[in-house]
Amino acid sequence: MNPLKHFLLELQEVTGLLWRVLKGLRKRPRYFAEMIQQMDQVGVGSLGIVVLTGFFTGGVLILQAYPTLQYYGAQSNAGQGVATSLIRELGPVLTALMVAGRVGSSISAELGSMVVSQQIEAMRALGTSPARKLVTPRLVALLVCLPLLTIAADFFGLLGGGIVANQIYGLDTNVYISSVRTGTDINALITGVIKPIFFGLIIGLVSCHKGLTTKGGTVGVGVSTTQAVVISSICIIISDFFLSKVLQSLMGTTLF
Amino acid sequence: MFEDITVSNGSGMNGNGARVPVAPRPAIEFRNVDLAFDDQVILSDVSFCVGRGETRFVLGGSGTGKSTVIKLILGLIKPDAGKIFVEGEDITEFDDVELMRIRKKIGMVFQEGALFDSLSVYENVAYRLHEAGVDEDEVEHEVRRMLQFVDLEDAIDKMPIELSGGMRRRVGIARALVGDPNIVLFDEPTAGLDPPTARTICELAIKLRDIEDVSSIFVTHEMNNLDYISSEYAVIDREGKVQYEFAGETYCLLNTKVMMLLKGDIWFTGRGEELKASQDNYIRKFINGK
Ligand SMILES: Nc1ncnc2c1ncn2[C@@H]1O[C@H](COP(=O)(O)OP(=O)(O)OP(=O)(O)O)[C@@H](O)[C@H]1O
Ligand SMILES: [Mg+2]
Repeated sequence: MNPLKHFLLELQEVTGLLWRVLKGLRKRPRYFAEMIQQMDQVGVGSLGIVVLTGFFTGGVLILQAYPTLQYYGAQSNAGQGVATSLIRELGPVLTALMVAGRVGSSISAELGSMVVSQQIEAMRALGTSPARKLVTPRLVALLVCLPLLTIAADFFGLLGGGIVANQIYGLDTNVYISSVRTGTDINALITGVIKPIFFGLIIGLVSCHKGLTTKGGTVGVGVSTTQAVVISSICIIISDFFLSKVLQSLMGTTLF
Repeated sequence: MFEDITVSNGSGMNGNGARVPVAPRPAIEFRNVDLAFDDQVILSDVSFCVGRGETRFVLGGSGTGKSTVIKLILGLIKPDAGKIFVEGEDITEFDDVELMRIRKKIGMVFQEGALFDSLSVYENVAYRLHEAGVDEDEVEHEVRRMLQFVDLEDAIDKMPIELSGGMRRRVGIARALVGDPNIVLFDEPTAGLDPPTARTICELAIKLRDIEDVSSIFVTHEMNNLDYISSEYAVIDREGKVQYEFAGETYCLLNTKVMMLLKGDIWFTGRGEELKASQDNYIRKFINGK
């Protein structure tokens, strides 16, 4: 099968999965308990790595940018630089990539091993739709948690940047904070929350689809896990560009 | 075509516990079913009926499509051609929602148990009831009853990973029978079990057939399963206990039939004794192992 046809087929299947999830949302049972459990795993479980990622990214941004800014005498704008790049771009993308690695892989491994041990068939045989029982709670958890995780990453990124600016370059904390506030306009904040919603959708759909279509025993589980992470990461990075473009033209840009 | 024939009171027995012949209304019907995986033909033009209250044995070598037949009935696989009816409804064209409705009437015992790893034995058996939103007291009562039935009450709080193969199978049986389905599909329920436990499972199948009027498909490789189920029947004695009696010479169990699959076809269909008496080479070899 040629790659284009293959891609279109997969896209069709993913869309079908999304459609079944959406249709299922109207009906009972709604699996609230599963949703809460998934939110705990996705949200609370990823908080640590996401906070660490944010903190050190913010730190390294200042570490690298500060000397240049200082050269132009613009060091008081350091906070603004970190805020813009973190909130609009790095926060959402890095958080999504970390979550794709941690949660995407575990979703597709879990669903994949359920497929190879016939548990998915058993579930269907018992009259439950796997799309509703397994996919919906995971998708909802990602859609709710990823924006929140992104906000946490942003916050700790700004904190990390502030600490580096203050401790290494001796920038006054008040100067840093007021410049961060110039950088965090409403458009940036909206962009920074809309993106993770899309990324959450990508991670959830790709990983669930890959998991549920696992073929070929335990080896197949490994293959679909790898594919889930690789495909969601690539989709995140590519869609980030287009999302940025669309949001930019919708809201206009305010830079420095 | 079978719609107009009604079964007396559903049990197929008169007051003395003697068997009266009734025309069974098909619980399951295959009409000219074809199925192939890639270019490997599994079933070609297969037709058969399983009447209400009938137990249908499916025999056949490994890989002849026995599990596939069961999956077709549940709509887990779609046939390439032909039609499949479950309780008179053509499920071939059904969408997911309609299939879910049909599946709720069917209990399935998977060959490998297929228990949910992440749920305890209790939650596995209770699965259907939890999905239906049944009251927890009632769920607990029912789960204990089912586990008692398969003699696994002690394992109620264990996780599937802590069970032996035979125990998993029995939990799978308990899970399938919760909610009293009208149709039960057994995929090699006794494989790898000790003889007394295997016997218990056969008694269970007899009881479902004769007392609960359940239609079932029983896939097995073990001939003693066939001997038990096609020669004994269950009655309720004066104290309300279930007794198993031999059908003997004068009775033949009309509601137990055997069907053997080979190379995509139904190679044999008939009663247990007829299978035993068959002079066909393949069947002789299958029964005697040589
Ligand atoms: N999903 C599938 N894709 C391709 N081929 C399959 C698939 N499932 C089953 N088969 C093939 O269909 C044939 C019948 O399989 P099935 O599981 O029905 O056999 P069986 O009669 O139950 O055997 P056993 O007694 O070993 O359980 C096998 O040859 C198998 O290779
Ligand atoms: Mg099988």
